Formats: sequence, structure tokens, C-alpha cells
Amino acid sequence: MNALTKERASAIAEQSYKYGFVTDIESEVAPAGLSEDTIRFISAKKEEPSWLLEWRLKAFHHWQKMAEPDWAMVKYPPIDYQAASYYAAPKQKNKPKSLDEVDPELLRTYEKLGIPLREQEVLAGVTPRIAVDAVFDSVSVATTYKKTLEDAGIIFCPISEAVKTHPELVQRYLGSVVPVTDNYFAALNSAVFTDGSFVYIPKGVRCPMELSTYFRINAENTGQFERTLIIADDAAYVSYLEGCTAPKRDENQLHAAVVELVAHDDAQIKYSTVQNWYPGDKDGKGGIYNFVTKRGACRGKRSKISWTQVETGSAITWKYPSCVLQGDDSVGEFYSVAITNNYQQADTGTKMIHIGKNTRSTIIAKGISAGRAQSTYRGLVRMLRTAKGARNRTQCDSLLIGDQCGAHTVPYIESRQPSARVEHEATTSKVSEDQLFYCQQRGLNAEEAMALIVNGFCKEVLAELPMEFAVEAQKLVGISLEGSVG
Amino acid sequence: MLSIKNLHAEIDGKPILKGLDLEIKAGEVHAIMGPNGAGKSTLSYVLSGRDGYTVTEGQVLLNGQDVLSMKPEERAAAGVFLAFQYPVEIPGVTNMNFLKTALNSIRKARGESELDAMQMLKLLRAKAKLLGMSEEMLKRAVNVGFSGGEKKRNDILQMAVLEPKLCVLDETDSGLDIDALKVVAEGVNTLRAADRSMLVITHYQRLLDYIKPDYVHVLAYGRIQRSGGPELALELEAKGYAAFAPEAA
Ligand SMILES: Nc1ncnc2c1ncn2[C@@H]1O[C@H](COP(=O)(O)OP(=O)(O)OP(=O)(O)O)[C@@H](O)[C@H]1O
Ligand SMILES: [Mg+2]
Repeated sequence: MNALTKERASAIAEQSYKYGFVTDIESEVAPAGLSEDTIRFISAKKEEPSWLLEWRLKAFHHWQKMAEPDWAMVKYPPIDYQAASYYAAPKQKNKPKSLDEVDPELLRTYEKLGIPLREQEVLAGVTPRIAVDAVFDSVSVATTYKKTLEDAGIIFCPISEAVKTHPELVQRYLGSVVPVTDNYFAALNSAVFTDGSFVYIPKGVRCPMELSTYFRINAENTGQFERTLIIADDAAYVSYLEGCTAPKRDENQLHAAVVELVAHDDAQIKYSTVQNWYPGDKDGKGGIYNFVTKRGACRGKRSKISWTQVETGSAITWKYPSCVLQGDDSVGEFYSVAITNNYQQADTGTKMIHIGKNTRSTIIAKGISAGRAQSTYRGLVRMLRTAKGARNRTQCDSLLIGDQCGAHTVPYIESRQPSARVEHEATTSKVSEDQLFYCQQRGLNAEEAMALIVNGFCKEVLAELPMEFAVEAQKLVGISLEGSVG
Repeated sequence: MLSIKNLHAEIDGKPILKGLDLEIKAGEVHAIMGPNGAGKSTLSYVLSGRDGYTVTEGQVLLNGQDVLSMKPEERAAAGVFLAFQYPVEIPGVTNMNFLKTALNSIRKARGESELDAMQMLKLLRAKAKLLGMSEEMLKRAVNVGFSGGEKKRNDILQMAVLEPKLCVLDETDSGLDIDALKVVAEGVNTLRAADRSMLVITHYQRLLDYIKPDYVHVLAYGRIQRSGGPELALELEAKGYAAFAPEAA
């Protein structure tokens, strides 16, 4: 099969990023700069207890001694951490108690983004399908279906609220999976995190609907540092989705999140992300730096954590959702699609740390590169001495569109347990002119053809997404490749 | 229906078609035979608009429409269908989804309403049955892991679903066993219609026992060298193409 001709592949048009608008809303923004005072300011704004302020300061002092990591296959100019603001919140007179009190401008923003903030009437016997926590810059502006969930004993609220209403849970779990000293961006996040979601599913409860958080960066010259903590107690189940967008801006903005998951005995957490931060323009100007630490702890026996991610946005993605498989017979899964176009760079993958007996993990990573983009899969599978009978299967596929992009696979395998088995398979292929022409001959235009072929390539991963998100993700795959065919 | 006049085409600056003329009326079936490398597949790609095949002279009209100015997908919507000499694999895309996407794109381009999931399923089942294909085949990825014969049959299934005006079949018989050849030929025959024309490219007269052509042409050295009725195919089978070598012509 012949590869795409150079002319066709290089005829790159600007991506149509339809979430690039700015909401005109009055915001309270902290002055630029990062110091102890900034942290005290954030903590005071959130009316936090003193233990949390201490925790933040400890993280900050640690961060000051750390160096920014440089091992990832991404390039960017040095970040001036003093130039950005670490807190921006839409001005609201009083904290809205119900959706009716939320600023209509904000409601319109979410409507434009296609995020349902209005609760549908709950008909008898019909459960709603999705509950949303909407985080706008540094604060959560609305959380839906709280009442329905409370009735089931489930806590789903902004983490800033959980700090006040459920301090014992937050204090017990916060930083227990990703310690404040874990890495440079996690330490920074721990010092300055502003909001994010908190989820607790009690023993034996199956969460009756999808939970989701929608992150929106709006303010200029600010970073977003969200913190999410999800706990599934014994035999609990939850499926959680995360979505993200940002306006088109010429400056790069930093998004450094930390997500911690804890699954106890027989519990299951399914965490899905559709990441669509602004990727920058076709010449590589602007876009979000997405430097994120996500980790799940399978603490309990037979517990299971699945990460599914569709990464289409951001100028740079640095992200390795991981599982620490501590409980015997626990299961970790990582399903990933990472699409990079134009000048986007992604260094993403996972870590599976096998500690317990008969722990199992599956990794399926699909990387798609177009334009001049660079995409790297970086994955670690570690079998500890205790991980008798543990197994891992890794499948890593790269798809190239044109001949100016790159795909790299960097697997690290460490095993100290002779009975553990690790399988790794990697492939690289190109979208061929033959395939495109075949589709076009059957009536699809070049872009529809590309979207169909790439969706086919990602199928195994997209199939892991909850139904509500799968269709949206398929469209997004098409949109993010616009301009990659001439 | 199809009118090709003085068609010249080249690949990478190398002339392949050198003044080809061909007229096909509505409802007719024409067979093209010719030696390897004569330009038969090239003709099929030029008709369907493949990148890299440059037309330097000549004209192609389909029902009066200038085909050469259209994009490949516009030609498909106008009714040009090519059954490929080598059908292509598309991993992860089910036959069902592929057929659905293709048919709805074409219907949309023609200003017709798209079919919903139920209508589509009914249609696809009926067409698969016509070609002796199991429903299980519809659920598999397009041509992935298909045997050579299954791929050819699958292409004809697409043809049956898309109901084109001009069907170009490039060596559809190659790779088919005798039973499959009969089934596929029957499928093609059921698609013969007063408003549909076919251009059947083949090396073997055997196919023409099943799909009976109205005319047979010899394509060699970039032009139609001779035209005749079905008996021409028998003659070629006996004598080969020696008579059409440039010295002899
Ligand atoms: N991409 C290409 N680059 C260069 N030459 C090509 C290319 N494709 C085809 N050709 C040449 O064009 C000529 C015609 O090829 P074509 O495939 O049309 O022949 P054909 O009549 O279909 O032959 P066959 O009976 O073997 O299928 C051949 O000499 C072939 O080598
Ligand atoms: Mg050929």
C-alpha cells in the first residue's frame, strides 16, 4: 500500500475548535505570582481548616526544592510560574443554593458546550443518566442531581465543599494515592489546587447514574489546578466521566490536575476522560499544557479500576493514569486513544504496579499522529516480588497520517516475580492512499473517510466508553483530524 | 450512458492510455480484455478519479455529465462504482457500518433522505442473501481476514447496496472458485437493468459464460485495438494477444 503523498498530507488547514469562545463574565482574579501568600489567599477564599493550609504549605515548600521533569518527549519554552494567576472565579454575590441562582451567563456557557446542567424531570421509575459537577476556572459553579444521589448515600460535590462537610473522609484519603511529594506538577497542584470533584460511594452501593465533571478554563493568564478524589467502598461501583475545554488564546495556559481513586474490596471504578482542551492553532501557537497526575489504588481484594481516555486536545499532554494493584486478584485497565495533529505533542501512557497475588492488568493504547505532531506511548509494568501469578497484556498501536509526524513507543518492564507474565505487542501503520480512495469511491469525502478509518483503528478503546460519550468521542476523532487530508 | 473520447492518461509522467474511445449505452454490458499492463486497471481508476492518474487529453461523459471534473465521491454519488481488482482492508470498521456510511453519504449527496438503522438492516440482510453471504460477514471488519474470493464477493455486495449507474468490475473473477464465480455472476446478473451499464474487465472467457456481454473489446498499448461480439472473447482465448503487438498492428 502506498502512503499518503506529501502534498496531500501537508495541506493542513486550521482545526475547527468549536469550544474556543470566551464567556464574558466578571471574575475575581488573584494577582499573578506564586508564594506562601498566594496559598494562604486561596485557602482563605475556600474557608479551609488549618490542617489543609498546612498540607498545602508543606507541598509548596517541597515543590520549591524540586526540578521540573525533562524526561518526557515534549518540548516547550520554560514556564514562568510567577507570571500566571492561581485563582480566578466568576463573581457571585452569594454561593448559589440551587441552579436557579446560578448566573445565567454561566448556564448559557454550558448550554453552548452541550453540557446538561438542567436536571430533567425524574419520571417515576426512570433514573437520570448523568449527573454533572461544573468547574469554571477555579470554582465549581453547579452540581446536579445531588439530592437523588444523597438518597442513595452517595456523596458527589465539589472538593472544596467536601472539605467542610466530610472532613474526615477528605483528610483520610487526600494525598494517600498521590503523595504531595510525588512529582513536580503533583506538588504544585497540592499547593494551589482550587476545585474539583469529590465522590464517595458507600459499601455495596452501585451508583445509579454516570457521574461527570466538566472542566472549563475561561479566564486569561490563569492556570487550572483541579483535584479529584473518588472513593469506592467495599463492593461499590461507579462510572465517572471527565470532559474539558478552553477558549482559543495565543498564550499557553497550564492545567496541572491530580486525580486520586481508591477502590476497596470488590469495588469497581470506571474513569473515562474525553480531553479536548484547546490544542493551539495550526502553527502551534497557543493551547493548553496538560500536565496531569492520575493514579488509582486497588487497595481491596478483587477490586478493579479502569481508565479510558480519549485525548484529542492540548498543545502538550503529559499524563500517565496508573493503577497500584495492591489487593490480591485486583484488576487494572488502561484504554487510551491519543490524537495529535499540527504541532501537538503528547507523551502519555500508564503505570501498572503489581503488588498483590494474581493481579491482572490490560493496556491498550492507540496513538494517532497527523501534521507535524509527535506522539509517545510511555508505559511501565512493574511486577513486585509479592505479585505471584500476576499477568499483564500490553497492546500498543500507532497510526501515522502523512510523513512529517512521529510516533514512539517506550515500554518499561520490571519483574521481580518469576511466575508473573508480561506480554507486550506494538505495531505502527499508516493510513494508506488505498484505504482513503476505497472509501471515497464508495461515496465518502476525504474527511469522512479519514474519520471512519481512524475510528476503526480506535474501536477497541472507544467501545470502553459509556454509551453517552461514545458517539461524541467518535465525532471528536473526526473533528480533531480535520485538515489532515488535502 | 458512458462516452469516452480520445482519453489520454499518465502515471508519474508515463503515458498509459493513449487515445482510448469507448461508448456504452444504457443497459449494455461491455467486456474489456487485454494483456497484463495494458492499462485496464488504469482506465478503471481514471473513471473513478483516483489521485495520481493524470488525464492529459480527452473527455468522459456519464449521462452527459463531465466525470473528469468531479471528485471521487461526487462520481460515486453520480453512479460510478468500481469493484476493485484488490479490495482494501479497513480494520475496526464493520461491513455493516461501512455500507451504512457509504449508502447514506450517497443518498445525502443525491438529496435523498438517509435510511434509519432498521431500514438499513433490512436492506443489508436482503442484499447479503442475494450474494449468498452470511449475516456474520456483515459484522466483520471490511475485508479483514477475508479470503481472496470473499473480498471480491464483498465488493459486489457493496455494488448491490449502492445501486450504481455504471459498474466497473476489475477482474472480479480472479480468486473466485467455481461455485463462488457462479454466485457472484448471478448477483451481477440480477443487477443488470435497463438504466445500468457495466464494464467488465477480465482475462478469462469463462466469466463471460456467466455474465454475457453485449460487446467485447481488446485493450492493448493504451487503446481499444478491436471490438466485437462475445465470439471475440473465444478467439482471444485461442490465439492470445500477439496480433495486437505494435509491430503487428
Ligand atoms: N503507480 C504506478 N506507478 C508507475 N507505473 C504504474 C503505476 N500503476 C500502474 N503503472 C503501470 O501502468 C501500466 C498499466 O497498469 P494497469 O494496472 O492499468 O494494467 P492492467 O491492464 O490492469 O494489468 P493487469 O491485467 O495485470 O491487471 C503498467 O505498465 C503498470 O506498471
Ligand atoms: Mg489490472
